[in-house]
Amino acid sequence: MPENHASDIRIGVFICHCGSNIAGYLDMEALADFAETRPHVVFVQRNLYTCSESGINEIKKGIQEQDLNRVVVASCTPRTHEPLFRSSCAEAGLNPYLFEMVNIRDQCSWVHMQEKTDATEKARELIGMGIAKAALLQPQEIILSEVQTRALVIGGGIAGLTASLSLARRGYEVVVVEKDQALGGMLNHLYKLGPQMQAAKELAAETVQKVNAHPKITVFTRAHVTQVKGFIGKFEVTVETQSGAKKIDIGIIIVATGAQPLVPEGLYGYDGKRTVTQFQLETMLAKGLDAAVRHVVMIQCVGSRNDERPFCAKICCQTAVKNAILIRRQYPETKVSILYRDMQMYGVENEAMFRDSKAAGVRYINYDPADPPQVKADKVGVYHPLLGRKMELAADLVVLSTPLLAREDAHETSQLLRVPVNENGFFLEGHVKLKPLDFATDGIFLCGSARFPANIREAVAQGLGAAARASIPLSKGSVEVEPIISVLADEDACRGCGLCVALCPYGALEVRQTEKGRKVHVINVACKGCGICAATCYQHALSINSFTDRQIEAQIDAFLTVHP
Amino acid sequence: MLDVGRHPNIDLLAYSEVQHIEGQAGNFKVTVRKKARYVDEDKCTGCGLCSEKCPTTVVDAFNEGLGMRRAVYAYFAQGIPSTRTIDPDHCRQLNGKKCGICQKVCQAGAIDYTQQDRLIELQVGAVIAAVGYDVFDPAQIAEYRYREIENVVTAIEFERLLSASGPTSGHVYRPSDLNAKAEIQVLEKQAAKSGRMLARFEKKYGRTSADFFMQYQAAPTDDADQEKWARVYQEDLARKERLAALNDAVKDAATAKRLAFIQCVGSRDFRFYPFCSGYCCMHSIKEAIIANEHEPQTVSTIFGMDIRAVGKGFEEYKIRGGNKSGITYVRGRVAEIIEGPGRNPVVVYEDTRTRSVKQEAFDLVILATACAPTRGIAELAATLNVALDDYGFIKTVPSAPVDTSMRGIFVCGCAGAPMDVPESVAQASSAAERAAEIIFQSDPVKEKAVA
Ligand SMILES: Cc1cc2nc3c(=O)[nH]c(=O)nc-3n(C[C@H](O)[C@H](O)[C@H](O)COP(=O)(O)OP(=O)(O)OC[C@H]3O[C@@H](n4cnc5c(N)ncnc54)[C@H](O)[C@@H]3O)c2cc1C
Ligand SMILES: Cc1cc2nc3c(=O)[nH]c(=O)nc-3n(C[C@H](O)[C@H](O)[C@H](O)COP(=O)(O)OP(=O)(O)OC[C@H]3O[C@@H](n4cnc5c(N)ncnc54)[C@H](O)[C@@H]3O)c2cc1C
Ligand code: SF4
Ligand code: SF4
Repeated sequence: MPENHASDIRIGVFICHCGSNIAGYLDMEALADFAETRPHVVFVQRNLYTCSESGINEIKKGIQEQDLNRVVVASCTPRTHEPLFRSSCAEAGLNPYLFEMVNIRDQCSWVHMQEKTDATEKARELIGMGIAKAALLQPQEIILSEVQTRALVIGGGIAGLTASLSLARRGYEVVVVEKDQALGGMLNHLYKLGPQMQAAKELAAETVQKVNAHPKITVFTRAHVTQVKGFIGKFEVTVETQSGAKKIDIGIIIVATGAQPLVPEGLYGYDGKRTVTQFQLETMLAKGLDAAVRHVVMIQCVGSRNDERPFCAKICCQTAVKNAILIRRQYPETKVSILYRDMQMYGVENEAMFRDSKAAGVRYINYDPADPPQVKADKVGVYHPLLGRKMELAADLVVLSTPLLAREDAHETSQLLRVPVNENGFFLEGHVKLKPLDFATDGIFLCGSARFPANIREAVAQGLGAAARASIPLSKGSVEVEPIISVLADEDACRGCGLCVALCPYGALEVRQTEKGRKVHVINVACKGCGICAATCYQHALSINSFTDRQIEAQIDAFLTVHP
Repeated sequence: MLDVGRHPNIDLLAYSEVQHIEGQAGNFKVTVRKKARYVDEDKCTGCGLCSEKCPTTVVDAFNEGLGMRRAVYAYFAQGIPSTRTIDPDHCRQLNGKKCGICQKVCQAGAIDYTQQDRLIELQVGAVIAAVGYDVFDPAQIAEYRYREIENVVTAIEFERLLSASGPTSGHVYRPSDLNAKAEIQVLEKQAAKSGRMLARFEKKYGRTSADFFMQYQAAPTDDADQEKWARVYQEDLARKERLAALNDAVKDAATAKRLAFIQCVGSRDFRFYPFCSGYCCMHSIKEAIIANEHEPQTVSTIFGMDIRAVGKGFEEYKIRGGNKSGITYVRGRVAEIIEGPGRNPVVVYEDTRTRSVKQEAFDLVILATACAPTRGIAELAATLNVALDDYGFIKTVPSAPVDTSMRGIFVCGCAGAPMDVPESVAQASSAAERAAEIIFQSDPVKEKAVA
């Protein structure tokens, strides 16, 4: 691609009718006539469907026969069609970033169907602005960066181990960093797992054994990550292990640090003996319940769904029902009552367990949080809404269902990796619906209770899922990034203040010491071109390369001159 | 969807069904029936000219029967591929009548009335069943009178009413009003026609229809012309009466402002599905919030046994709905729905908190119907040789949540059990992972390449 001087710029404008979607509502001839009058425009064509094969061929023909070096298409939305038009330019030998798209359908014909004159006027303005920007576009090259095919999994619970095994089976090296002395996470503390009542230790042992036996997996227990530098494909991670600090090159990172149960200090007379948590009950059941315990009362939503912690921790209802069934089956003499707000037994398996518990004689009483149960010496008082009166339940053992909370150190992990947590301290995924296992930052993924309390089924599924997401860059061996990114356009202007570094949501900026002093450096691969940095920099040192100040000013100028 | 359509590694065989499968994990041979669209996928540009010109209108299944489409159609506007399809049950040309309009207007020459179903053979390493769910038909619950009371709709119908691209452009008009308006349109057309006819008679005989009719009634003749005049006049009177009544009924037709959501319709019910469908509590809350966003006067009552707002941020969303979007949550199962004055459905329920039976009238009642196993799941399971659970979902165990009973065949989403979108998306990745493990193992070259 030869350097273009202003006089060499040859712009082709293709105006699309989109059948009658656009042509039915705008004056197409007027638009084409207008485009012809704009500077640098040497070729204007109208197409019935620019995206059809014949439309695409017209663009290619234009580039080749008219020697176009900038292409503007005025048509529909870039969300759906920009990639197609870009690649068509590339196929005709034009750098795909010398292409500009103008949306005269969604923004003109569709929203102003009844106002042909005004809609046409708006389309003229937009086309004029697109042409003005196109004249200033510069060629860009797709950014390619290698990916180290080694994964780091932080947290050795069932979610992290499942992800590790998957990646290892696919042939990638995996490093597991677990801060505890043993792998297995929460499973090591549980008795039996609902709904199948499989022994938790069995599942843990089976999984840990597979992990330990796998030649591709390296495990560090009683270890933690102390530093993370770099970006997708090229993370430089420091792990503090039992045998000292190790620096490891890593391609992708999976966060599987789980969650921890709330200790309900000060709630319902919690003492860890007669009033315990479900978490403690698991251990008691594993050892065998004291024969004197004849009346168990469980209270749900202890420390959750309140002003301090408004969230529902999702799995405590399942845990209570499971433990109630286990007690009823193993100690048929012992009565179990569950005082609840809503029994969150969503889905097929949970609801089945809920039904089983009722068949096993577990008693359910709904309580109103405005009038919570009262735990007394050997009784629990509660208002029974169906009977319409207060009643007292005998209680030798009170079990409090407390929520799983974000790990105490989740915040540190979040800062280390520069990934966000939500208002409850759980890690925040890239998109709640469409990217549940990805962080917004490329190359970092999450699964299990670190994301939000999950049962085993969900934690395992998410472990597999995170591995699948992570394996995409690993299997390609490289990442390709759109080159519409931030550039340090004016190095001298940069004062290295770091304001932009703090604001970048993707960790794509860092301040480096250079010969000219402290200067910001853009990590191309990590940058998403969101423009926050360029908008923030009071020195105008940073700029997004296809949205430069000059380009935008030219668009504004064009807008002002288009008006007759 | 668009990404799937564009991805070089994905072959999308829409409007197709798996017919047969043999082989084992790593090496399956799958026979797929690609149904005839009567439109050439390679040629069709998705312009939609054919649908614009097609003379045949058909009730639109995508809009839950609340709107109309043509016999050559796109299932919905943003569908991928955008290729149109001819509905062979309704197309005039395919039913031996004279038409062929779409073929004439199609500039791409894509219409092919002779297209046949095709069988395609695929060689694949693994299979993922993601066949989803179907909506439970609430007409089975007699006491909710779903088909009898016009203003009782399912949640999925309500979603179409709420949708900006739906039949009412997002305004929640009541079906009774919509139906009345549709009938008015038809009647007005007929009235215009009979008006012209009566005018012709009046001119011919030089007297008014009323005059004529009075006399005719007193002394009927068997003159064919007069007989017809009398009949048309009588019909016209009846039609006008009906029109007046309908116009009166829709005179103050406004959007529905008092909504009732009934939870667990077909779910947690031993007569139908004992399981909990998982997502319906949340979508009712979402719909009530959206309805309130569209029209801030809208208030909703959600009737449920438990409100299962279980998921990240869900409980907070539920509380926000109550505080900011006029939602009242009532604990209890609805016993019955009856029709009250003004076509208003009346909900009869027991409020378990006050232990009393209450009645309340609403503008519109929305049924949160159960997530039923998808139609044809039994046949598919037999074809794939995978086991189903007691209800007809594809069976899995918690420690291997996407593995079916057949090695190399995986499941994700509502095909395995009811779940919401985030959970389905997460599971889709899980299933892709398990499939990849099989594919790369069975291919030594690739196995080396990734190692
Ligand atoms: C009382 C109770 C009963 C339960 N009963 C059931 C049941 O019956 N059925 C069921 O399906 N589910 C049950 N669950 C849920 C189940 O325990 C979880 O689904 C599962 O353990 C989540 O796995 P995970 O890998 O996400 O997290 P975890 O098991 O919590 O594992 C996380 C791991 O990461 C480590 N870690 C944390 N932070 C760091 C760090 N910074 N660096 C390194 N390592 C770190 C932790 O030490 C831990 O080993 C129960 C949970 C509780 C609390
Ligand atoms: C009224 C309503 C509102 C909802 N709102 C929300 C919401 O706001 N948020 C949310 O998270 N969830 C919501 N949900 C739940 C959501 O719809 C499901 O979680 C999601 O659609 C499940 O996706 P899926 O891919 O498993 O199944 P589906 O969406 O059912 O997709 C399955 C696909 O497989 C096809 N198929 C079926 N059988 C075959 C076969 N034999 N061969 C080939 N193809 C086949 C079907 O045609 C269909 O296209 C809502 C559900 C309802 C009913
Ligand atoms: S899962 Fe049950 S106990 Fe836990 S917070 Fe939610 S409602 Fe309360
Ligand atoms: S999600 Fe709610 S409405 Fe749906 S079945 Fe479960 S409890 Fe009933």
